[in-house]
Amino acid sequence: MERAALLRRLTWQTGTVVEIVTETAHTRTIALDVPDWGGHRGGQHIDVRLTADDGYQAQRSYSIASAPADARVEITVERLPDGEVSPYLVDELRPGDELELRGPVGGYFVWQDSPGGPLLLIAGGSGIVPFRSMLRHHRSIHSTVPVRLLYSVRAPEDLVYREELMRMATSDEIDVSLTFTRTQPPGWNGYARRIDHRMLVETGWSPSADPLTYICGPTAFVETAAELLVGIGQDPARVRTERFGGIGENP
Amino acid sequence: MTALDGNAIAGMLQTAFGRDMTAALGTCAGCGAASRLGQAGVYRGAATVLRCPNCESVLMVIIENGGVLGIDIHGLAGLRDPG
Repeated sequence: MERAALLRRLTWQTGTVVEIVTETAHTRTIALDVPDWGGHRGGQHIDVRLTADDGYQAQRSYSIASAPADARVEITVERLPDGEVSPYLVDELRPGDELELRGPVGGYFVWQDSPGGPLLLIAGGSGIVPFRSMLRHHRSIHSTVPVRLLYSVRAPEDLVYREELMRMATSDEIDVSLTFTRTQPPGWNGYARRIDHRMLVETGWSPSADPLTYICGPTAFVETAAELLVGIGQDPARVRTERFGGIGENP
Repeated sequence: MTALDGNAIAGMLQTAFGRDMTAALGTCAGCGAASRLGQAGVYRGAATVLRCPNCESVLMVIIENGGVLGIDIHGLAGLRDPG
């Protein structure tokens, strides 16, 4: 056991950018070809390291957006105004460029086929990224675990993976609920407010279904959602959270 | 307000411990609450500081210098991997 752990030592490797997809005005998906990628689980991360000409290094952790079965490793990166790493990844990186990375890492905020469900996924803003990996995995293994996704964004133009999510929502097992907290699409008659008790009761599962919940988004968003769920009677041990800081207002 | 959580330093923790630690249960020496390290608040400055999600006490301080990691775990009364 000790020996096996040592053999799986985490090392930096090089991926090559093969495609870049613009998701929103400040978010891009970067697809990488990583030779000898050992596979990953939905919800895991990679660390990305940039090295400046003077040797200064900065590294950040990004959720993997692609499914374990996908040929390429994808991350979706949101540009942070004061970021050291994200502006380069979103604005400068081009197909053909190389990127230093290591991973996959993480074992807490992950979903395979088990633990089972039903599943409730709650995303705020770019907190949707690990759920794309989990949902793609769910589809690729033909999982029968019922999933409900509640995705909160400020405005329609902030919606990441719009078409893919709408396609997934046609599946019997996957329900998608959206809330637009600031600006709504024309003719929208769905949720138009921040997540609250009533929204979680309507879009989530009854505590008696013993759901497993994953929440990802800015810190305040995640803490609000987790507190609301516990208030509804969800078992706190069945609520897994990932907080990535975030900027400005809540989505 | 917490900027990040322990999930964001999964790579650093794995480098230090040789395995995933985000699902490991750390017991706070301050309040006695046990929580997954992935849930701990993470603050990054000259050092990386993990704080208890229950009482905000410092659980762990990690410094990285010249490829060497130094870890202070005085704030942990226990650390185990429940599998």
